Amino acid sequence: MRPILVRAGCAAALLAAGYAAVPAWAQDPGIARSLAATCTACHGTDGRSVGGVPPSLAGRDKGELLQTMKDFKTGKRPATVMHQHAKGYSDEQLELIANYFAGVTPGAAAAAPAARVNN
Amino acid sequence: MTLSRREFMQWMAASSGAAAVAGCAGMGGAAAGRVVVIGGGYGGATAARYIKLWAPDIDVTVVERNDAFVSCPISNLVLGGNTQIGNITMGYDGLRNRGVSIVRDDAVAVDAGARQVRLASGKTLPYDRLIVSPGIDFMYDNIPGLKSVDAQNRVLHAWKAGPQTVALRKQLEAMPDGGVFVFQFPLAPYRCPPGPYERVCQVADYFKRAKPRSKIIVLDANPDIVSKKGLFLAAWNGMYKGMIDYRPNSELRDVDVEGTTVKLAFDSVKGDVLNVVPPHGAGSIARQAGLITANQRWCGVDWLTMESVAVKGIHVLGDATLSAVAMPKSASMTNQHAKVCAAAVIALTKGRPVNPQPMMMNTCYSFVDGKNSMHVASVHAYDAAQKTMVAVKGAGGISTAASELEGTYAWGWARNIWGEALG
Repeated sequence: MRPILVRAGCAAALLAAGYAAVPAWAQDPGIARSLAATCTACHGTDGRSVGGVPPSLAGRDKGELLQTMKDFKTGKRPATVMHQHAKGYSDEQLELIANYFAGVTPGAAAAAPAARVNN
Repeated sequence: MTLSRREFMQWMAASSGAAAVAGCAGMGGAAAGRVVVIGGGYGGATAARYIKLWAPDIDVTVVERNDAFVSCPISNLVLGGNTQIGNITMGYDGLRNRGVSIVRDDAVAVDAGARQVRLASGKTLPYDRLIVSPGIDFMYDNIPGLKSVDAQNRVLHAWKAGPQTVALRKQLEAMPDGGVFVFQFPLAPYRCPPGPYERVCQVADYFKRAKPRSKIIVLDANPDIVSKKGLFLAAWNGMYKGMIDYRPNSELRDVDVEGTTVKLAFDSVKGDVLNVVPPHGAGSIARQAGLITANQRWCGVDWLTMESVAVKGIHVLGDATLSAVAMPKSASMTNQHAKVCAAAVIALTKGRPVNPQPMMMNTCYSFVDGKNSMHVASVHAYDAAQKTMVAVKGAGGISTAASELEGTYAWGWARNIWGEALG
């Protein structure tokens, strides 16, 4: 009986966390990972930024990340480029992205290594 | 961001079946699958790294002819004397340390039936899935004066970063003050839409500093400036006023290498240094592998997986693809191709459903001098009805003006996208 109860508990927790608003297919963790990966050409793999510019996203507070992206989207927060990017994503997608980066452990970024011989 | 009920049911059916398959594939110590990647540039290196990050049990081999990666983005700054080639040259040890095999060789043939790649050395590499990220090759057939290797070494393209970048910089350094730099480039679609106009800025920046009596003649095959027009014109009519003679509709007919003259349909333009970017298409291995589907130049792909529409089991990335509408041929876009491909290759290898709603984002920075940069950005979403990537309406745009702040972001972008490929 116990495993069933645990599972039911998990489902309830997910619903309470607002996951019911997200389409079922988007609950695949691979979907959130791929959405977040669209950001990382600029912000570094898994949101760990080489040199910290643009800023690292790994391990930041989910609420803060989501609110910042929503403020870029509405134009409340000024930006050079982020307002143009944020407008390309639905609020549900922004939530998946914020949740993904919030769940990444902050750490050293993986920079590209120097060439062995400069040509 | 919506799926029809039917698509959703199909996805659910695929998901539940996949769990059993994935469970079997995970048993034993053997690799879950063998992926071979042709080309270690922005597309191939990023795809290889991400497959290893997301599915370490997949065996990944990259075939690359060079022993170092040289970045095309930022390479115009080498021409302007605003950075050095060493700052944009990186190695493959990061990928090796992640367990990616790097084979320094040239892929010369693909046998899609036998699922193997033949290398110049004579070796063959078997694959379960092949990723072809060949970049571009130039089409010299219609340029008689540039057919010989000697001619190609004298009138440079410098449109693949590396030795040609350094050689063109040397030609510019050797040019006397008061000389004329003639730069011709092809009709769109070509690699890096804003790249030619950034190059003009970089050479102008160098001339202004070191050879102020010199001039630049821009022979653009296109009818107008292709990217960031207002922003580039602000630089050309502002800080570089009087230095740049821009001539649209200047399609190349031939090059007189001895006479240092570019020949157009109705005009010949002589210069002291010529720089000609010939028309180009997907790298030659794509042609050999039967992947070219459009205009004898580009490779059509299924945007859900980046799999070729012509040959099953082969995925194509980057500038070699037949770009979706409003999608630039850029390193930034290629980085996104690579990650959609990596996720799809993993899903297909493990019998899981592929992401039905891939997104891609593009940011291209252009430097107008050594410090000030400006961007063009776009967001692209998969449209299930049209079966292609579509630019999201209302998103994207350009800078209000070039700025030092965006210069720092451009370098940050570069360091991070290099880390994505090689870190």
